[in-house]
Amino acid sequence: MFAVAAAALLVTIAMALTRAALGPTIFDRLQGANTIGTCAMLLLAVLGFLQGRPEFLDLALVYGLLNILGTIAVLKYFRHGNLGHPGDAEERSS
Amino acid sequence: MATVLDVLSWGLLVTGGFFCIVGGVGLLRMPDFFTRMHAAGIVETMGAGAILLGLLLQAGLTLVAAKLLMIGLLLFLTSPASTHALAKAALVRGVQPLLASREDPSPKP
Amino acid sequence: MFYVAGTVAVLFAFWVLLSGFFTPFLLTSGVGSAIVVVWFSRRMGIVAHEGHPLRLSMRALITYGPWLLMEILKAGWDVTRRILHPRLPISPTMTRFKPSQRTDLGLIVHANSITLTPGTISVEVGPDEFLVHAISAEGGASLDGSEMDRRVRALELAS
Repeated sequence: MFAVAAAALLVTIAMALTRAALGPTIFDRLQGANTIGTCAMLLLAVLGFLQGRPEFLDLALVYGLLNILGTIAVLKYFRHGNLGHPGDAEERSS
Repeated sequence: MATVLDVLSWGLLVTGGFFCIVGGVGLLRMPDFFTRMHAAGIVETMGAGAILLGLLLQAGLTLVAAKLLMIGLLLFLTSPASTHALAKAALVRGVQPLLASREDPSPKP
Repeated sequence: MFYVAGTVAVLFAFWVLLSGFFTPFLLTSGVGSAIVVVWFSRRMGIVAHEGHPLRLSMRALITYGPWLLMEILKAGWDVTRRILHPRLPISPTMTRFKPSQRTDLGLIVHANSITLTPGTISVEVGPDEFLVHAISAEGGASLDGSEMDRRVRALELAS
């Protein structure tokens, strides 16, 4: 049964990846990346149970922390960073 | 007793997987950024909650269960923060939300 | 001082929970890490000025938790139906309304609860006005003076 949950999570990651690739705004891509992060965290937890190695939960915890930090950092970068021009062009063209 | 717990946790795992896929479908189907955030919210609350609860039932009263609870608490506290930050940044940067007018509740293409 | 010691104790409990090993070396480094983290936080000025971190009424909190869980389940099922419906029956709305909470913590709890409930996202949060994006017109219209608003108000009043 863990395999079913793991497969569902993989399918969700694929769909979020499609959304991140399609865009159209940087926020859509960021939302896709955020969802991938959440699913990867859950996938790590499920994989730990699937293989009987609960150490994977520590990795999941760290991944969760990195996920929120990454999202906030990228948002802040695009809002205040001086290399935000690609984001600008992307938004205007959409 | 053990089989009851097993069946319950399997049900929760499958339910969680279902909600994750629903969130992914919504992420692809929804017409604009703000409505897609609601679909992602399904993954983060319903999907993650059900899967973590299912794993919690499998873990029993061990350190593993404590770690699972910690992951759940982390997700519970941080996912609204990142969603709010994304929505606010998008609005500040001028992403116009697609709005349905009050007279016509039917969805726009 | 009591607050600092409490923070060190909580951080050390967190360390033990994460590691699960009780060798002298790991326990000592846990105590050391907790003390160093609290020292750094004090230098950065992020622990100093909140004397009571959780000013919420515990009695109201006990009923609020399960109620919020039920709301999340109901709203989640509603959004799931909308996503899977062939015609995608959504009617996104932006709603402005005035929350009745007075403390910062009450406002934060209210805004987080709104975002945590699928189908509504708080976009702008302030003491005078919330701007909320809802996936359905009904969800947006029911936010002003909602039961959630009343319950969070009760949560902070009794403190």
